[in-house]
Amino acid sequence: MSDFWSWFIIIIVAINLLGCAGLLLWNNQISPEEAAKETTGHSFDGIQERNAPLPRWWLFLFIGTLIFACVYLVLYPGLGKFPGVLNWSSTLQYEKEVALVARQTDPLFEQFGKVPVDELIEYPEALAVGGRLFANNCAICHGSDARGAKGYPNLADDDWLYGGEPKQIIASIAQGRTGMMPPMAAAIGNTDKAVRDMAIYVQSLSRPDLANDADKAAAIERAKPKFAVCAACHGQEGKGNQAMGAPDLTDTTWLYGPRLEDIETTIREGRKGEMPKHENLLSKEKIHVIAAYVYSLSNKSAP
Amino acid sequence: MSNAHERVEKNVGLMIVLTLIAVSFGGLAEIVPLFWQKATTEPLETLEPYTALEMEGRDIYIREGCHVCHTQMVRPLRAETERYGAYSVAGEDVWEHPFLWGSKRTGPDLARVGLRPITEQWHREHLRDPRQVVPESNMPAYPWLQENLVDWGDTERTLRLFKDTFGVPYSEQDITEQMNKIKGEWADATEEDALVAYLLSLGQERKEVAQ
Repeated sequence: MSDFWSWFIIIIVAINLLGCAGLLLWNNQISPEEAAKETTGHSFDGIQERNAPLPRWWLFLFIGTLIFACVYLVLYPGLGKFPGVLNWSSTLQYEKEVALVARQTDPLFEQFGKVPVDELIEYPEALAVGGRLFANNCAICHGSDARGAKGYPNLADDDWLYGGEPKQIIASIAQGRTGMMPPMAAAIGNTDKAVRDMAIYVQSLSRPDLANDADKAAAIERAKPKFAVCAACHGQEGKGNQAMGAPDLTDTTWLYGPRLEDIETTIREGRKGEMPKHENLLSKEKIHVIAAYVYSLSNKSAP
Repeated sequence: MSNAHERVEKNVGLMIVLTLIAVSFGGLAEIVPLFWQKATTEPLETLEPYTALEMEGRDIYIREGCHVCHTQMVRPLRAETERYGAYSVAGEDVWEHPFLWGSKRTGPDLARVGLRPITEQWHREHLRDPRQVVPESNMPAYPWLQENLVDWGDTERTLRLFKDTFGVPYSEQDITEQMNKIKGEWADATEEDALVAYLLSLGQERKEVAQ
């Protein structure tokens, strides 16, 4: 701030304060005795308005506010460039607040960071902290109950795309994951029928009873040989591959929905799932604590 | 002297003049100096002008009333910076006309939403049907954005207005480049494309101090 603007503000503030004080004095020059004699000249139906002085309590309150203003302007910034003797600023207050909380929580995170994830689930405080961090950073996609949504994996069901061991969970959070299923319609015949057959086959992997239906059994027979192109990622048995995040097709967990239409869309258009990396956003210890929270959802601590 | 206030009370013209003087003091001390402070008139060095797509997205943000429920103003409080990212400073809003600070948070602050680890795909699904991804959300759905094509009719005028009137440093070459993109890769851009591009641009100027 230039000197000009600094003085501009100081002078306006001073005029303001002095003006208020002057107005007060000017209006207080009337004594109670004088006032008793005098009226304002207003008279309505014989009722006259007295020119009464300010009530004492009000007067003292007003003087109090003037004194408060002067004390405030000495302590806090308000007079142009003068920072106030307390040297307060919103930035400094913010930095102090951050430093204070860091002093309180850093040792805690350091302590949690030393405990292996599978043991940390025995620490209720760590899980409480992890839950808060999860709510702020993860819940937007995985849900506040960690049960996910269509396209966003359920983290509470002990079924893992990239593995549920502590190391794998930490890697998922820190480095992120990119899951990519290419469109496969062309590879399996490029007809609506071929896509439907394959969808029925995929569905039958977790629902063997589908083979009891003669039409479906025929579809399964037609699609089965073509599954070889899917096996590159999902495995010959359809059990998936955690190294590349290819889902297990034989269980009842469906990331993009269990309906035939959902599976057909997946085959026809492919799917792309991205878990963003968090290592730039969260400290190593925080990721560790979040991993413990996520791990605890499907690995209950010993009773 | 004791009855001098009568002169003010019985003279409306004088009273108006004195009232205006009294009221103007606050503005003179608190607002007028800001017009000449570098902190409020100089953009951050990291600030980038909006692309044409982001600019149209910003207009859609205004049209759909996003600023009614979402602020773009992170206050210097730890609880806020922990949740949203670096607190807001005046230098990041120098080219904002009108500014979109908002005044009420029904939804979360969006000033740093482009820095959050949220994928473009999430933004699209969330705009089409917020409850698909956040079951407890009370945000309305905006499914028409994915169908409406961006109306590029006024875009060049908008960019020139920001350049000439608001001093945003678009060069002639920048504007030509943007206009070429409008005819090329953005020719079929939907309003959703534009809005998502705008959302992802939010906060980029504070990337270095994000946490």
